[in-house]
Amino acid sequence: MSLTVNQVAQEFSRNKIGLVGIGIIVLLFAMSAAAVIIYPVQTFKEWNNPVSWITYPKSSLPAWVNYFLAEKIPEHKILQNPQVATQTIGEISLTSYRFDIDYNYDGFPSDFIYEYSAKYQGAPLLQISVMRHDGLEFDLSSISLPKSKAETEYHQLIFSTDDSVKKSLRKNADKFSFLIDPLSAEDVVFSKTDSNSILKGHYTFQVNLYSVGSKVSIKESKFILGGKVYGVIGTDELRRDLLVGLLWGTPLALFIGITVAVGSVVVGLIYGVFAGYKGKRTDEAMMRLNDVIYALPALPLLIILAVTIGNSIFLIVGFLMIFGWVGVAKVSRSMALQIKTLQYVEASKMMGQKDIKIIFKHILPQLLPYTFASIAIAVPAAITTEAGLSFLGLGDPTFPTWGQILHDANSFGAAARGLWWWIVPPGVMIAVTGLAFVFIGNAMDVIVNPRLRR
Amino acid sequence: MSFKRYIATRIVTMFGVLMATLLVTVALVGSNMDTILKQSVAFEIRQQVTENKALVASFKTPEELDSFIATQITQRTKSLGLDLPWYAPQRIGITMYKILILDFGHATFLTSDNGSSNVKDIIMEKLPRTILLFTTSTIIISLLGIFLGALSGAKVNSKLDRLTSTFAIVSSSFPVWWIGMLMIFAFAFTYQIFPARATPTIPASDPGYFGALLYHMTLPLITLVLIGFGSWAYLVRNFLIGILQEDFVMAKKAIGIPERKIIFKHALKNAAPPIVTIIALSLSGSLGGAVITEAVFDWPGMGRLYFEAIGVLDLPVIIGATYVLTAFFLGSVFISDILYGYFDPRVRTG
Repeated sequence: MSLTVNQVAQEFSRNKIGLVGIGIIVLLFAMSAAAVIIYPVQTFKEWNNPVSWITYPKSSLPAWVNYFLAEKIPEHKILQNPQVATQTIGEISLTSYRFDIDYNYDGFPSDFIYEYSAKYQGAPLLQISVMRHDGLEFDLSSISLPKSKAETEYHQLIFSTDDSVKKSLRKNADKFSFLIDPLSAEDVVFSKTDSNSILKGHYTFQVNLYSVGSKVSIKESKFILGGKVYGVIGTDELRRDLLVGLLWGTPLALFIGITVAVGSVVVGLIYGVFAGYKGKRTDEAMMRLNDVIYALPALPLLIILAVTIGNSIFLIVGFLMIFGWVGVAKVSRSMALQIKTLQYVEASKMMGQKDIKIIFKHILPQLLPYTFASIAIAVPAAITTEAGLSFLGLGDPTFPTWGQILHDANSFGAAARGLWWWIVPPGVMIAVTGLAFVFIGNAMDVIVNPRLRR
Repeated sequence: MSFKRYIATRIVTMFGVLMATLLVTVALVGSNMDTILKQSVAFEIRQQVTENKALVASFKTPEELDSFIATQITQRTKSLGLDLPWYAPQRIGITMYKILILDFGHATFLTSDNGSSNVKDIIMEKLPRTILLFTTSTIIISLLGIFLGALSGAKVNSKLDRLTSTFAIVSSSFPVWWIGMLMIFAFAFTYQIFPARATPTIPASDPGYFGALLYHMTLPLITLVLIGFGSWAYLVRNFLIGILQEDFVMAKKAIGIPERKIIFKHALKNAAPPIVTIIALSLSGSLGGAVITEAVFDWPGMGRLYFEAIGVLDLPVIIGATYVLTAFFLGSVFISDILYGYFDPRVRTG
């Protein structure tokens, strides 16, 4: 009981499992920082907005599965940084965007899309073509942008399934030894000429924009090559990049876990110590209230609270605190009962110190090691409870938490359909985060209760 | 304090908690419920009046008809007591009394399998299934846990002990429902042994229904046991270690009683009070936790009913289910208190 914070730190540094826990938590904080840096707040607010994920593939495996496969699955690629070149020939100015792709997969891409938005005056002409390493060059599309006298902005997506693309390709029918009419555009562009099988190698997609007189400026120019694997974690049924959700879930889980744990332990501690120190009727009344809250069924009430009052993340943190402080209050009361009989407490009482001062200056510091241990143990419970609520669909819809990713996975039947990359990572994150705090809590427990050391 | 007095105070506390829970629930859903009830009254009366052609014809202007309907609605709301706010004492009194005599009224949207919308019927249909699944799993978990815990407690730091402790800590930090999803992935998708949805497809009147229910129950049962028994064994182990340090065990060892007999006969008996308490608590705790697990496996019990009721905000069902879940929870807290007091006389005098 008479451990100082320094002693605890010293003991702790000798506990291997506790250090592992600290290591994992440092890693989780690093992940949170990475999430904030890589994906700005705007990105994750778009999590539930289907429009912002339209260029992503649907339920695709993570890209690294290709290392284990003999037949490489085409990867979904979003090319955002083309090589830009500008030329001016008399009146005509030409801006070209070059996208280079090394295509070494064993299947045709599912489609390709060119997305752009241009600011222009007049009627510029847009031309897309592809150059292959076997020397062939196909025109894919040439369209003129809608004519406008004033300066306008125009946003368009050109799909490989567009008729104009098919029509342009049909002009190259004589170069292929088989009929290309029934094939889709991507199956022709990426095919060998003697048989309809994949031609691996370098491809260059070039977009030329001609305009007469005035200059055109392109704000966005993206080439998307559709595939069936994407990114580190893959995507879900709603085309969302799971990595974004998983990374952003880390700071949220840490926030929920730590806030709830600290809040409820501090409240419970002060409540319990006050009751124990005051004793008599105050103690009796406070402990009866404690009994009542202790016996309340937490999950059903949490669900009702979330449904009727609201499910903002801050409200849920508050609800979790309501049920979190009771156990700590019980234990800290019994500890306060022991400490208040110690001579130095009685002495300061005799000297006429105020109750509040005695509690905060003489009793609470004694309970610090126990406090840290209980906080560490309370964190995983808070995280799993929040994840459970989110899993039931009662979480804050504006934030992508791990529980919510699993909720979506469950409502799309991911488990029965075998979409393991949607289920495994969020659960592992919940478990690892919980485990880290359990490790620290156990290490603290051993220090605080020497009886357990055996 | 005598044992009778001890029991009496527990009963009073439990009843207080039950009433507090109900009061909180009614307070939380009360205003919503009033709005829904008032809307349905207005809708009902408007329909009745417009269907009565002779009555409609007797009015000269549409305004007259409207004012007639309005007075009818106020009369009806008054007779139902809806003119008072939900927090008026007599209304809360009536609501609580009705709940106490298990009159939960009729569900707004949900029905039982045979079509009854009486909340009592719905709950009586779902409750046995939840008890079947969760009581079975708790019994298996506790038997496995006590046995494993006793074995590893007897040989601290042995291989078995380390394995049990590690498994306990790791398994307790996984959410049960997530393991459930993995189990569905493994045994319903990869190896198609068990069905992914735990609701039997044949109707409840079919003679093979019970068998189908048991078959559909296997996967959730395995999941619950897998996640549960580790922490159980760990608890039993920790109790047992404490007891094996006591003098009477040493004495028995010195007499020459075989270690196995000491552990299973004498030490476990002394560890009984906390173990029994935990059995009772986890029995009821499993009912509460059932909400999420049943949602994962689509098990047609109380938890899923609760979840569905919240989804469509079917307030009578929510109140009824909360009442039953709370009553079960408190019942087992009460039983565990009594058992603890019975096994360990120090508690009731404390």
